Formats: sequence, structure tokens, C-alpha cells
Amino acid sequence: MQKLLTWIDDRFPLTALWESQWGKYVAPKNFNFWYYFGSLAALVLVMQIVTGIFLTMNYKADAAKAFESVEYIMRDVSWGWLIRYMHSTGASMFFVVVYLHMFRGLMYGSYRKPRELTWIFGCLIYLCLMAEAFFGYLLPWGQMSYWGAQVIVNLFSAVPIIGEDLGVWIRGDYTISDTTLNRFFAFHVVAVPLVLLGLVMAHLMALHETGSNNPDGIEIKKQPKDPVTGLPLDGINSHPYYTVKDIVGVVVFLAVFSIVMFFVPDMGGYFLEANNFIPADPLKTPVHIAPVWYFTPYYAMLRAVPSFLGSQFWGVIVMGVAVLIFFALPWLDRGAVKSIRYRGVQYKLWLAAFVVSFLVLGYLGVVPITIWGQFADGFPLYGADKATVVARVLTVVYFLFFLLMPWYTARDKTKPVPERVTG
Amino acid sequence: MTTMKWCTTLVAALLLAAAAGPAVAATGADLRLEPAPINRLDAASQQRGVRTFVNYCLNCHSARYMRYNRLTDLGLDVAMIQDNLMFASNKIGETMTVAMTPADAKAWFGVVPPDLTVVARVRGADWLYNYFLGFYKDDGSPSGWNNLVFPNVSMPHVLAGLGGVNRLARVEYKTFDEAKAAALAAKGLVLLAPAKEHKYAVEALVLDTPGTLTPVEYQAMVADLVNYLDYMGEPAKNKRIGLGLIVLLYLGVLFVFAYWMKREYWKDVH
Repeated sequence: MQKLLTWIDDRFPLTALWESQWGKYVAPKNFNFWYYFGSLAALVLVMQIVTGIFLTMNYKADAAKAFESVEYIMRDVSWGWLIRYMHSTGASMFFVVVYLHMFRGLMYGSYRKPRELTWIFGCLIYLCLMAEAFFGYLLPWGQMSYWGAQVIVNLFSAVPIIGEDLGVWIRGDYTISDTTLNRFFAFHVVAVPLVLLGLVMAHLMALHETGSNNPDGIEIKKQPKDPVTGLPLDGINSHPYYTVKDIVGVVVFLAVFSIVMFFVPDMGGYFLEANNFIPADPLKTPVHIAPVWYFTPYYAMLRAVPSFLGSQFWGVIVMGVAVLIFFALPWLDRGAVKSIRYRGVQYKLWLAAFVVSFLVLGYLGVVPITIWGQFADGFPLYGADKATVVARVLTVVYFLFFLLMPWYTARDKTKPVPERVTG
Repeated sequence: MTTMKWCTTLVAALLLAAAAGPAVAATGADLRLEPAPINRLDAASQQRGVRTFVNYCLNCHSARYMRYNRLTDLGLDVAMIQDNLMFASNKIGETMTVAMTPADAKAWFGVVPPDLTVVARVRGADWLYNYFLGFYKDDGSPSGWNNLVFPNVSMPHVLAGLGGVNRLARVEYKTFDEAKAAALAAKGLVLLAPAKEHKYAVEALVLDTPGTLTPVEYQAMVADLVNYLDYMGEPAKNKRIGLGLIVLLYLGVLFVFAYWMKREYWKDVH
């Protein structure tokens, strides 16, 4: 065995690769609950790829057969229902895990120097994931697949001047059609996954170059080395310590995943929408079109932005910028410390406001805008939908969290950061 | 640790706010559905349901993703299925299709009757159960029928011979509270909706002409039918839930060992 390994290592840096990426990688010893979601995201990625391969073997990317082939998978393919539910539950769980992973980054300042590139690769992964989810959602060819895709492609058609042509270019047709389904299939199973895998590798390589941040935001590489182990004082080998710890996380995550997948695979209509069990019908627009939950914060913003100069395009811009603004985070944050543990009250309040606005916008994105009724007579906002007004306010809060960050982080009263991690 | 506590409190508060939101906002028409008394493990009920389904539904509605031989899930054997449930063909691997063409259907009913394979996943069992109980006589509609759950439905009341003929009983109240009290006091399917002149109407159904079944027998028949539709929407459901319990049990055992291993390794981290 050792001989074989030497033979390979002489020709390919297998051991070196393993050791630099995980085997001899040194990580801070104080990772908490929030540090499970990176490895879990990798797990879900693998699950999606494997289940996706098996789905592709039985799925037909054909407008006349797509819906039927999904039911075929659910009924006639051996264990097809399990593969399909793993994939559909996995799609939502991917976003659950990634959102928690990103929130960890926000709390502990993981995006800050020297980890800007890790953060940017992560943001690109998030964009890819959104594209992947969007393309994949058309494939079952149900009513929500069809009309959801219609709504999103129409966003591009709202671009001034070139919009109409852009819409046709994306669809390959004047409406969402068989052509659209075929190209979305190609993007979903080949193009985007390739980019995604490349980005995930870059994300991990960048992380393993700089070393991981931790809940205290202390750079363990700057600490003196332990004379016995040669590691930084607060560093431990990720293998075996975090290997065995992450296994515990994986088991707990799989239990949560299984509870959803085996007992409530449609999650009350949030993971699989009831209307998507009706085959796509270009002539029948559903009364209420809502995207799947992970897009709803942005969808709520899109709906909340009023049309201006006769164009709906502003909503599209707001929505796009709301996603892209994450890229700027490393340069917006001027705080003296990284971790929320040593930040002042201003950052904590802004982060709380951001989380509240993200979650409430997410809720408002799934419900009709009339959900809370209208403002009564006399009020300055007479007749306006309450939900729309709330969504507008929260959209502003969402952006202020980023745009005011250079000021409130710089002025915040921070606490002194200790030399050693606090556990 | 305090950060986590703080986050948990925040999330809990938000969930509460989200849950309270729609409850305060309910101002439109409000339909109270009876819960469908179905049991996914009651194969005898699903067998009775499939009999009703092929006799009454499968003339106009197809179930074209459902294969006849799949009915062996319900404890039926191939000969029983061929003799009692298959009228047009004897090929046990066929799916439940109908002879009526979509063009004819459109001409006769105004709409093509939807395929029912996954209807339970679209509508939900409770909706379906109340839909079958919700038909009433309405001379103003093209078919002569209307439905409390599905207003102006195109489908006639195919089961009227069994369930009898209902009439709509509508009472208007001056205040919302009075109407709500009346709706709560009423039995079965009730609709509470805003009416003209700021009044509120409570609508329920009254049996006019009894069918060949008593109301209790009819409800039981409808429950069996819905139980079958629910099964047909996802034939693997029982297998899914059964397997889920085993998987969770396995993960529970695995957790003990995984946690133990972690604790042993981490003993040397200080």
C-alpha cells in the first residue's frame, strides 16, 4: 500500500494535496455550532450531484413528456421516489445550509482581510446556486415551474431597449417552450454544475491558504507556536479532530433531512408546491405565483419597488444589487474587530435589523401583497397595501445595513480582543 | 454562547410574528372544511375507494400515470383487478386512461376533465372530501349544479343518486360577530363571506331529496374515495414513512457512536 502511494506521489502530489487541504490543515480549536454548515454544504452538493445523475437517467427533457417522466420516476423507477425526494429536499436544504453558512460569515467577520477571496468565491457559489435552482425548477414542467420561469425571464425583458430581444434570446422562443426546457436542462445538468464545482474548489483552496477564522476573530497564525506540537497555541489538526466532529454534525443534519424527506417532503407547499402537480399550461395563469422560499426575500423587494418613468426595471436592479452587494462586504466593514463578540452595540443592532428584514421579506415574498389589508382613511398612506409599505421599509433597511456599514462599524465602541480564543 | 442565545430569541420572535400575521388579517371569505376521515393504512377503505373511482370517475377523468397492476399495493391480486376494475382492456400493466377525447370533453362540459392521478397532491385530501360533500342544486348554472367548495364548477354532481340532492341555505347577519357565532354553531361545511350592505352571509347545505345512501353512508363512501385518491397521488407514501422510521432509528444509533468517538478524540484538546 505504502509502495503504491509512493509510486503515485512520485508522479502526482496526492499526499501533498490531501495534507494541504485537510490532512495537515490546522484550524482554530474553538469552532462552534455555526461551523458545521461548510462541510454540510459540501455534503449536500455531493448528494445533489449523485441523485441528479440518477434522475437524469430517467427524466425526459421534452415539454410533452417532462411532467410524465417525473411521475414515472415517482412510480415506476425502483426507488425513484426516494431519489427524487432527496433531490427536491436537497435543493431547499442546500439553501438552508448556505444561508446559515453566510450568516456565520457575517457574525464573525469571516469575509475580512485576509479572506476576501474566500468570501468572493463564496458569493459566486451563491449566485451559481441561484441559477442552478432556477434552471432546475423548470424541469418538472408543472404550473409553478412554467410560470415561475416566465416571471423571472420577464425580469430580463424589463431591461430598457434590448429587453424584448434579451427575453427571446434567453428563452430561445417567444414563450417558455420546449426549446427553453431543453436549454435549461443543459444549464442545470452540465454548465452550472461545472462552474459550481470549480468555484467550490477555489473557495476551499483560498480558505486553506489563509486558514479559518473563528468565533473570536483571532488570527491563530499570528500566535506563537506550541513548542511540542509546532502548531499555533489555539490551533489543532483538522484531521482527526474536525473530521470526527463534523461526522456528528452530518448525522444530526441527516436526521433533520430525513424527517423532512420521509415525513413532509413537500414541507406544506414550501419545498414542493401543490400547483406544480398540475402540468404546465401556457393558457392558464395561476392566481398566485410565488417563487420557492429561498428566493422570496428578493422577490418581495422586486414587488415592493414602484415603477418609475414607466418602467419596472428599477425593481430588477434593486433585486440584482441586493444579491451582488454581498461581494462588497470586505471593503464596507471598517470595524476594529472581526467577531460580533467584540463588536459594539451599533453593529449588533444593524445585523439584527438586517436579519429581521431578510426574514420578513422572505415571508412577504410568499404571500399576496394584500395579506395585511390596506391602510384606512385619513392616514397619509391611504389605500396602500400595508405589506407593500412594510416591504419597502425593510428593503431600505436591508440596503442601509450595507451602505452605512463603513460608518457604523468605524464609530462603534468595540471591546478588546483577547490573545487566546475563549472556547 | 450569548450570541447564539440572542439569535435563538430573535428567530423565535420572528416565527411568532409570522404566525400571528395572517390570523389577524383574515377578512375575506372563510370556508370551514371538515377534516377528511381517511387512514393511509386502511387498504380495505382504499379498495372500496378504487371501486367507486373506476365506476364513477374513470369515465370522464383519466389517471394516466397510474398503472392497474400497482393496485396490488392495496392487497388486490391481478385476477381481481382484471375481473372487477378493468372494463376496457385486460392488460394489467396499462395506465388508467379514458376513451373520451379531449375535444369531445371540451364540447360536452366546457372544460377537459383534469387527470386525477395526482389531484390529491394539488388539492389535498380535506379539500377533495368537502368537494364531494359540497354539491348543491343551482338552476342558474349550465350543469344545474354548483359547489360550495368550488364555486361555478363545470362538473355535474355525478354521485347525486347516492348522496341525494342538497340545497343552499344562506342566512345574512348584520355584524361579523353574529355571523361568526352562527358559522361556529353550524355543523359540517360552512362558508362565511362578506355580503352586500356591509352584512355577512353564512352558507351551508341542507339535504332536500335523499339518495340511495344515508348521509352517514355517503360520507363514508366519499372518505373511501378520497382515501384512494390520496393513495394514488403518491403510491409510495406508506413505504416512504415506514422507511423513514427505520432510517431515523439507524441515525439515532449512529449518533451515539459518532458522538462517543468525537468525545474520545477531543479529550486531548484543551
